[in-house]
Amino acid sequence: MPMNAWNPEIELMPKDQLDRLQLKLLKIMARRMYESSPFYHQKMREAGIMPDVIQTLDDVRKLPFMTKKDLRDGYPNKLMMRDRGDLLRYHASSGTTGKPTIVGYTKNDLENWSESLARAMTSFGLGNKDIIQVSNTYGLFSGGLGFHYATEKIGATVIPASTGNTDRQIDMICDLEVTAMACTPSYLMYLGEVAEKKGINLKKDTKLRYGLLGGEPWSDRMRDRIYESMGVKGMNCFGASELSGPLFMECVEQDGIHFWKDLSLLEIVDKDGEPVAPGERGEMVITMLQKEAFPIVRYRMGDITSVMEEDCPCGRNHPRITRIQGRVDDMIIIRGINVFPSQVEHSLMQHPELGNEFQLVVDRKGHLDSMLVKAELKPEAFTDNIIELNALRERISNRLKGVLNVAANVELVQPGTLPRFEGKAKRVVDRREY
Amino acid sequence: MSEVGKYRIKQLSIFSENRPNRLGAVAKVLKEGKINILGFSIAEGAGYGVIRVLVDRPEIARDLLTKEGFVVKFTEVLAIQMEDRPGGLFDLTDHMKDINIEYGYGYRNPPYAVLIVRVEDIEKGIEQLLAGGLKLLDGTTFH
Repeated sequence: MPMNAWNPEIELMPKDQLDRLQLKLLKIMARRMYESSPFYHQKMREAGIMPDVIQTLDDVRKLPFMTKKDLRDGYPNKLMMRDRGDLLRYHASSGTTGKPTIVGYTKNDLENWSESLARAMTSFGLGNKDIIQVSNTYGLFSGGLGFHYATEKIGATVIPASTGNTDRQIDMICDLEVTAMACTPSYLMYLGEVAEKKGINLKKDTKLRYGLLGGEPWSDRMRDRIYESMGVKGMNCFGASELSGPLFMECVEQDGIHFWKDLSLLEIVDKDGEPVAPGERGEMVITMLQKEAFPIVRYRMGDITSVMEEDCPCGRNHPRITRIQGRVDDMIIIRGINVFPSQVEHSLMQHPELGNEFQLVVDRKGHLDSMLVKAELKPEAFTDNIIELNALRERISNRLKGVLNVAANVELVQPGTLPRFEGKAKRVVDRREY
Repeated sequence: MSEVGKYRIKQLSIFSENRPNRLGAVAKVLKEGKINILGFSIAEGAGYGVIRVLVDRPEIARDLLTKEGFVVKFTEVLAIQMEDRPGGLFDLTDHMKDINIEYGYGYRNPPYAVLIVRVEDIEKGIEQLLAGGLKLLDGTTFH
């Protein structure tokens, strides 16, 4: 039995009891969608189903899928199930094209969000004696505030450092005796390197022991390197703004991310949307069982993973997934921010000086991602005036940054030189190694 | 063309992206077209360059380069003759104080030397340079 549980009743509930609870919550959710979500109500009508279609857990498959397109079409708040009186907060993530996806939260939504993280954080031993530096971005992006409130919930001390100013981040880790840090794995690697240059060995000279790491793909190799060089245990975290934010994490076993069955229902499907065989990999589909403001029902995450079949030695009967192994779409993650080539395209098309082709080159310099966008300059837009051309490049770069929330280096190239595609365009060149 | 129009020299401006041996590719096209290069410079932009070149047959050079996929534009510049001796440039600059020069480059062509300039207002530039008694080369010198 695990030593540390935030919510022992739910976390350690026997399997059959947990299944019954999940079914009950699924039934309630289906009814809530039918009654409170005009958007999902219509989906159910179109599928010819009523809430009572749910009799067993497998019946979840009778519910229609939700996709990123639904979220895009729902801008700004067509999907919201509660009126503004019940909403306590909005977060936004960049959508697949120009418009962001806006997610609203009720009081319970915020509670469940921090509850979910509190369970995980407690499971590997964090508690009120800990000092947790949250170095995810605070703001519309949900990464900062997500860990912030979870840290407060477990009674630990939070340092809302947000991103940037690495020197100061290191000072605080040293001076305030920080024990855990939430950030992207690549940022932690970078911070370790900067500390080393300042003559600070994170392993010997600080109390930092845990990294709450996510927001981008990484590997066990990277986890080992972080542990060896910094003495920091990297705990893998999964989340998405649509779901709430950073949401599910590994337990003390560091072997797969637990998805709480009372908060979510996890499916893995093949490309036709049919369930894969147990343990097989496929696309993750998530139903959030208790969300009140923003519906997530059989939402196709686009992430490829598999559910681990063995019971977790930690004693929690909540399913675990393996590391995310890829995407079904062309989404890439740069410095923890989701970027769709379609967003880049949309932004570039606002500039009449550019042609239709573009290429996105992602690389990792040191431990930080860099993104280069190559775009073809139209012959008629070429000018002998370097100042004007540089200004054009600057405008393109600024617009991209505004849309993507991540800096993009722009390179103007000669028309006709970028690769053309007859079938599916492959516009992303990812040179990173994890 | 006005009387002074002959002093407008056609320079080729060629967009050069950041790829190895772009200069070589331009030079090859000119060589194969038997185009002679009279003056030449490379300007550095942010991640790209602009190759500026004076040639004996600009229209043909432009067509050949365009056919090879290059982005080419004509830019009008002025060619000012200088004495090929110490102080040659200084003699000119005294008459150029009020002219806004965007860029320039020079070459030596014994017995004299030449300063190529791109000016903000070419009409006014010609007028002032001639009024200052400077010798401008006309198009026939090049083309």
